[in-house]
Amino acid sequence: MTRETTSFVYVTYISSTPEKVFEAITKPDIAKRYWGHENVSDWRPGSKWEHIRANDERTVELVGKVIEASPPTRLVISWANASQAEDPAAHSRVTFDIVEYDDMVRLTVSHDELEAGSGMANGISKGWPAVLSSLKSFLETGQGLDIFAKPKAA
Amino acid sequence: MDTDKVFKALADPTRRKLLDLLSETNGQTLGQLCENLDMARQSATQHLGILEAANLVSTVRRGREKRHFINPVPLYEVYERWVRKFEHQRLGLLHDLKNELEGEQ
Repeated sequence: MTRETTSFVYVTYISSTPEKVFEAITKPDIAKRYWGHENVSDWRPGSKWEHIRANDERTVELVGKVIEASPPTRLVISWANASQAEDPAAHSRVTFDIVEYDDMVRLTVSHDELEAGSGMANGISKGWPAVLSSLKSFLETGQGLDIFAKPKAA
Repeated sequence: MDTDKVFKALADPTRRKLLDLLSETNGQTLGQLCENLDMARQSATQHLGILEAANLVSTVRRGREKRHFINPVPLYEVYERWVRKFEHQRLGLLHDLKNELEGEQ
């Protein structure tokens, strides 16, 4: 039985260098400043990585394996809710491709093998545009966006 | 990226329809998109080119297929700059009004 999967491809152009973009994804003390989370791993193929909320609770929200790491141009990881870490079918795949483009960097994030209509597919399709906008803002201006922002309710 | 290109790309009903179609089903080929559009493949290709130049659509080649993906990142930047701050103000006004009307009882 094959499950129905869906993919998303997100692209942003950032005035920066491939090294800085790669570091911003893989170094916890940088990621927490624009992502509100840290991505923790030794980034060797086969190693685990964890996506940890950068607050006092330090909840591990996502986990996966490093599939391919070629700094500073390519990183491929598997991606699952921490609660579904043991279920292979719950793992999707994220590819970061970083290419120099004139005096900018073109960052492409491809999120594949997502179960169509799942909570994860729904969540990431809201999450990635916010995270990538915040990353761009952070690298270009030193200031990330508040990625947890909600409309100010009365 | 050029914000002008984003607004120009959006200023056309066919291109908005293309984005709607991709938002419903991401990763479609030109042929699949054309099934829902009343126009020649050539015109659709031109519209997709404009969307791609504005970075609202990205394409991935898989074998002989070229698949189109909606890229909402520039729209999020437009939202941040042109929508969210006004949303805050408007909601702030409603909040003040509610306080004004209910608070002084």
